[in-house]
Amino acid sequence: MTETREPRPGNAGGPPARGPGAVRRTLRSLTRSTPAMVGLCLVALHLLLALLAPLLTPYSPTGNAPDDALLGVGPEHWAGTDALGRDVLTRVLYGGRYALTVSFAATACAVALGTVVGCAAALRGGWFDDALMRVLDAVLAIPPILALLVVVTVLGAGPAVIVLAVTIVYAPQVVRVVRAAALGVAPLDYVTAARARGERTVSVLVREVLPNIANVVSVEFAMRASWVVLLISSLSFLGFGANPPTPDWGLMVSENRTTMVVVPWATLAPIVALATLVVGLNLSADGLAKAWGVDRVREGS
Amino acid sequence: MLIYATRRLLSAVVTVLLASVLVFAAVQLLPGDVATQVLGQDATPEAVAALREQLDLDRPAVVRFLDWIAGVVQGDFGTSLVSGEPVTATLWLHLRNTVLIAVATIAVAVTSSIALGVVAGLYRDRWPDTVISTLTLVGMSVPEFVVATLLVLALSITVPVLPAVVLDEASAPVSDLLPAIVLPTIALSVVMTAYIVRMTRTSVIDVMASEFVTTARLKGVGTARVVLRHALPSALLPTLNVIAMNVAWLVGGVAVVENVFNYPGVGQLLLESVHDRDLPVLQSIAVVSAAVYVLCNLAADLAAMALNPRLRTGERSAR
Repeated sequence: MTETREPRPGNAGGPPARGPGAVRRTLRSLTRSTPAMVGLCLVALHLLLALLAPLLTPYSPTGNAPDDALLGVGPEHWAGTDALGRDVLTRVLYGGRYALTVSFAATACAVALGTVVGCAAALRGGWFDDALMRVLDAVLAIPPILALLVVVTVLGAGPAVIVLAVTIVYAPQVVRVVRAAALGVAPLDYVTAARARGERTVSVLVREVLPNIANVVSVEFAMRASWVVLLISSLSFLGFGANPPTPDWGLMVSENRTTMVVVPWATLAPIVALATLVVGLNLSADGLAKAWGVDRVREGS
Repeated sequence: MLIYATRRLLSAVVTVLLASVLVFAAVQLLPGDVATQVLGQDATPEAVAALREQLDLDRPAVVRFLDWIAGVVQGDFGTSLVSGEPVTATLWLHLRNTVLIAVATIAVAVTSSIALGVVAGLYRDRWPDTVISTLTLVGMSVPEFVVATLLVLALSITVPVLPAVVLDEASAPVSDLLPAIVLPTIALSVVMTAYIVRMTRTSVIDVMASEFVTTARLKGVGTARVVLRHALPSALLPTLNVIAMNVAWLVGGVAVVENVFNYPGVGQLLLESVHDRDLPVLQSIAVVSAAVYVLCNLAADLAAMALNPRLRTGERSAR
């Protein structure tokens, strides 16, 4: 099963051009593509709203106000209030902070770990590579949400555990992609030259291989991020992620589902926020992949 | 071909075994005493001792694992910590209910995604492609619970045609469950279709640009025949693997969607076992889903080999 699923190496033909010219080309390719710009703008907007959340709203995301419960859309509460009288828009804005921090941390950990292990496997090869691939096959056979639930059962809920769990679940998939990309770079002349100069594996990795698979890793990051946001919100929805009263989009949908008939926006607002963020991440990943000519292989999340 | 198939089969068995080792290790070895973990900090010492006995915690982990895996091979998944009943019976019942949804979802998603993917690929960059690609993007960007919640809003509340929650027991006859699988199936199909369409579209575009399709066209073969007889079989090959991969996703997606509709399937059993820290049930579900995933991948690989003459002749080069 390993053979067919691995993506082709990002740039088997040769190293991508580096330097300011390459950056300019990438930027031009990104700005010319409307979908990529829409995606980047959506992500930027989410970042901005999350950063400015306390300035944008006078309400507290967690304070109850029973007198204001289940209000409809109005000038006081733009998206209404939930069953505990909390302002929905405020909770959506603060929810963005939670979603972005946890997802970013989790994605960064998974991609970093996956990159290091993937490169090591590609450069070392031999029994290390074989054994690693076997174990990864086994890890990948366990559905992500199940693995996540197992980790959360064993270690208990909480942002740190979720970051750890997502790292465990997604790092193996990153390893595969990065390993394939690194295998494409490893036999090239400049790597052979560096090795012939007697450079140590770490130095070959950092100075020769990593810069040349940076594009694959970046696309991987953007793509993973969209799945991590989805996965974490699903976990919260199921009641195993953020604990109430944390403002979390998945948790909000699950809490406000029962009052959907009375105040539909209490459920719809977090859905809209979640969907726009993930659409933004997806479009950005597509844009980056196109700009750098990296194959974007999608698996089920 | 036979040698290759045997080797793939063996490696599949090894993968499932390794996966069960990992699950067992994660559930039973980390960290501290399992009995205290399950019962919580303020459990009485007697209760902890009783559970230790029930779980055989005094024996070394390796022996416990071998014992457990030997049982699993014989179809005995142990005893639930909560109900005290054998896991096997409960598991099969819930599995049957989930298979109903899974089969329906795969049938709907595969058919619609191949149709949509072919249309999008043939009309590349024209309006049908734009519409399909946009919908695909949205489908990929909303989690299953959102699709399910919106479906409830649309089809159970606004226009009440289908039930929002399932009230049947796990042991209800299949005929009773059939109306209940409609909404979960739609919810899962939407997301799964979105993933497969992308792959189908890309491979249709690749194949339509290939030389043998050009040759067929130059020979004067009609468009319909070119697409159906020449292009489609090749274009479906990569799709096959994506479908197999989606089965792994399906197991997770099912857990979420079953939760929304309160459907008595494996997903619900999984969440219950996580909630009650019912380790034997949790382990069993993990092993069964790993086995399902590996089997589907194996089937996809063998099917790809059967369909692609180039893979049939010898074994593939080293990975």
